[in-house]
Amino acid sequence: MATASEGSKVIKPDFESGRKHFIFTQEHEDLRESMRAWVEKEIYPHRNEWEETCWPTSIMRRAGELGYLGLCFPEEYGGQGGDYFYSIVRAECMSYSGSGGTNMAFAVQTDMALPPIYMLGTEEQKRRYLTPGIRGEKVAAIGITEPGAGSDVAGIRTTAIRDGDEYVINGTKTFITNGPRADFIVLVTKTDPGARHDGITLFIVDLRDEDGNPVPGFTVTSELEKMGMHASDTGELSFEDVRVPAENMLGEEGKGFYHIAWELQGERLVAAAGCHAGAERMIERTLQYAKEREAFGRPIGKFQAIRHKFAEMATKTEAAKQFTYATAWRFANGEYPVREITMAKLFASRVACEVADECVQILGGYGYMKEYEIERAYRDVRLNRIGAGTDEVMLDVIGRSYGL
Amino acid sequence: MTVVKVTGERAPLPPFGEEHEQLRESVRRFVSKEIAPHVDEWERAREFPRELYRRCGELGFLGLKFPEAYGGQGGTHLHDAVWVEELARSGGSGGVAAGLNAHASIAMPPIFNFGTEEQKQRWLVPGIAGEKIGALGITEPGAGSDVASIATRARRDGNRYIVNGAKTFITNGVRADFLVCACRTTEAGGHDGISFLVLESDMPGYEVSGKLEKMGWHSSDTGEITFTDVEVPAENLLGEENGGFRLIMANFAWERLVMAIGAVGAMDRLIDAAVAYAGEREAFGRPIGRFQATRHRIAEMGTKAEAARSIAYHALRLFHSGRDCVREVSMAKLFTQRALLEVADEALQIHGGYGYMREYGIERAVRDARLGPIGGGTDEIMKEIIGRTMGL
Repeated sequence: MATASEGSKVIKPDFESGRKHFIFTQEHEDLRESMRAWVEKEIYPHRNEWEETCWPTSIMRRAGELGYLGLCFPEEYGGQGGDYFYSIVRAECMSYSGSGGTNMAFAVQTDMALPPIYMLGTEEQKRRYLTPGIRGEKVAAIGITEPGAGSDVAGIRTTAIRDGDEYVINGTKTFITNGPRADFIVLVTKTDPGARHDGITLFIVDLRDEDGNPVPGFTVTSELEKMGMHASDTGELSFEDVRVPAENMLGEEGKGFYHIAWELQGERLVAAAGCHAGAERMIERTLQYAKEREAFGRPIGKFQAIRHKFAEMATKTEAAKQFTYATAWRFANGEYPVREITMAKLFASRVACEVADECVQILGGYGYMKEYEIERAYRDVRLNRIGAGTDEVMLDVIGRSYGL
Repeated sequence: MTVVKVTGERAPLPPFGEEHEQLRESVRRFVSKEIAPHVDEWERAREFPRELYRRCGELGFLGLKFPEAYGGQGGTHLHDAVWVEELARSGGSGGVAAGLNAHASIAMPPIFNFGTEEQKQRWLVPGIAGEKIGALGITEPGAGSDVASIATRARRDGNRYIVNGAKTFITNGVRADFLVCACRTTEAGGHDGISFLVLESDMPGYEVSGKLEKMGWHSSDTGEITFTDVEVPAENLLGEENGGFRLIMANFAWERLVMAIGAVGAMDRLIDAAVAYAGEREAFGRPIGRFQATRHRIAEMGTKAEAARSIAYHALRLFHSGRDCVREVSMAKLFTQRALLEVADEALQIHGGYGYMREYGIERAVRDARLGPIGGGTDEIMKEIIGRTMGL
């Protein structure tokens, strides 16, 4: 168990305990065991079906019941009171689902939409949104991207204009995971349309009423068809004079950009964890194939070129994993390691994509067949180099952190 | 206006702690003051002064992980890792690092781990003091990756061995006083027929037959050594007769970790240089670092370096805690050496014409880095090892 040494704020890792990694305690490993078992039992068997129908809302409720949505939130809000490392464990457990879309939907709930409410929300907002979100009773979404603004967040055009004790919202959001069914959304708007970074404000916007009907002015204009992540419903959302009480402002007016920039850090590192875990699952599956599939008188894994492919994939994946763990340690230790988080996300996304490609290759014709699911992983994983910050934006952020 | 907050005050990354910071600082100071300014000259001379061993010994840097009973500092491999990383970061010479580290971390550990008390007094103690220089001799002209096929023969004759054969690519091989030498002690040799004998350079028949000229590591003397009927006393047998293969395997882990950790320090040095140059050098009206392609290139370099650090430190942590870590050490070696080579090449590109000039030290870093994926176990062998740990 890690202990803090006298006079030092740094948690000294306990190397003697012989644990697999110093950021995880036995409690983390216990959760890992039980959550993984749950994922394998209640999600994995439905992975193919949910590619067609999308994940059912009931599974979110189920996860909430079991405490899996509130691992890092305090008990007073219905959470489990765990540390940041629990979100890494959770991301790794979800990798056993066989359904990238389901993982992403859950990640939006636990790592993108609810954390800002926890960090910035009033007690009333937490009561109305955080706790139901943690229980899985309400599905959340986060609305940043618009048809005309993705990487350039400051260029968004959705407005929220004060009118009495309400704000009136107009605009369009796109690529919104959970958007088509979400009960509420953490929405990024311009309260000062003339400004860029300093004109952005966050709101929690109810999208559906008690009966599940869209609130006045809100329309799901489209459910988007994608290359992968088919189990996840992704929406284009339109806001026409949608009214929101002033109390639904989240955080400070004009500070929304900075709030979101902060939020993105935790999200990116968890995304990185999902990537190395996804890569591990692909390697496991492909390794099994390589040991069974015979050609020219031997299992193909015994050909040196194939053996070396596995060695390279495993090495890259291990590097990504250790990078994410080391950065999580920094983050949990109170640092704000934007550079390393950004690097870890960049690195892990690419590793996942490279590993997916190599695994398809090793599976040969079967790698191209839907039945073997590696092609699904390839399509799912491809989003990681784009979503939650493109590779190019990551490189810019990292480069600027060197003063360039 | 920047939204991005850079990393500020930070704790040492595990497995290092506050207790290693002082050592880090003193190594940095020593290397910056007593090594870095002379590297250029030593590279041209194709050797660094023998005196440097004595100086490092005097300051305790050669005995960090060895017990005080032998003149060491009584520290751990973590202290050694600090030395290795900072020597690379502040020294800028793969050759000097190779000479010092081959002595302290490749030649001496077998004596410490497998030697008798008497053997430790004869070689470990003067080695830690820097009074005698050691080298490890395994590779031969006809056997590199295939260690089990070494042919140097040590035939037992009464209370001595008669040694015939040759070694090559031996770091410190030209001026080593003692050579920890792998020999075939059975006719068949192989995994169960190899032993280690400690040879001394003044033994009749022991000849430095060549000082090899290399692409990089210029300040490190690399020797070809031939043995013609060298008579080696039986007391110079290190460990068990025919048990040498185990000794070889035991030694590889630390050797490979030293290379991995050294690469981490070297990458930091190159990135600092690239950032500084890109921030100053102007072209088309601005510092070149403000061109997105260059900014991105530096971002790539930094990302690779941090990923390399993570996997190297992880392997180091496992090694230090006594856990079985063949897989992680092999991965760390594989990853870090390739990463350093790429980072060095990118740094060269960023420095443009100046990168190609000897004066800037960048082209030296490239030439030095090229050995990484070969020495200490080739990339291909690393992949074989890793693949086998996966059951292939």
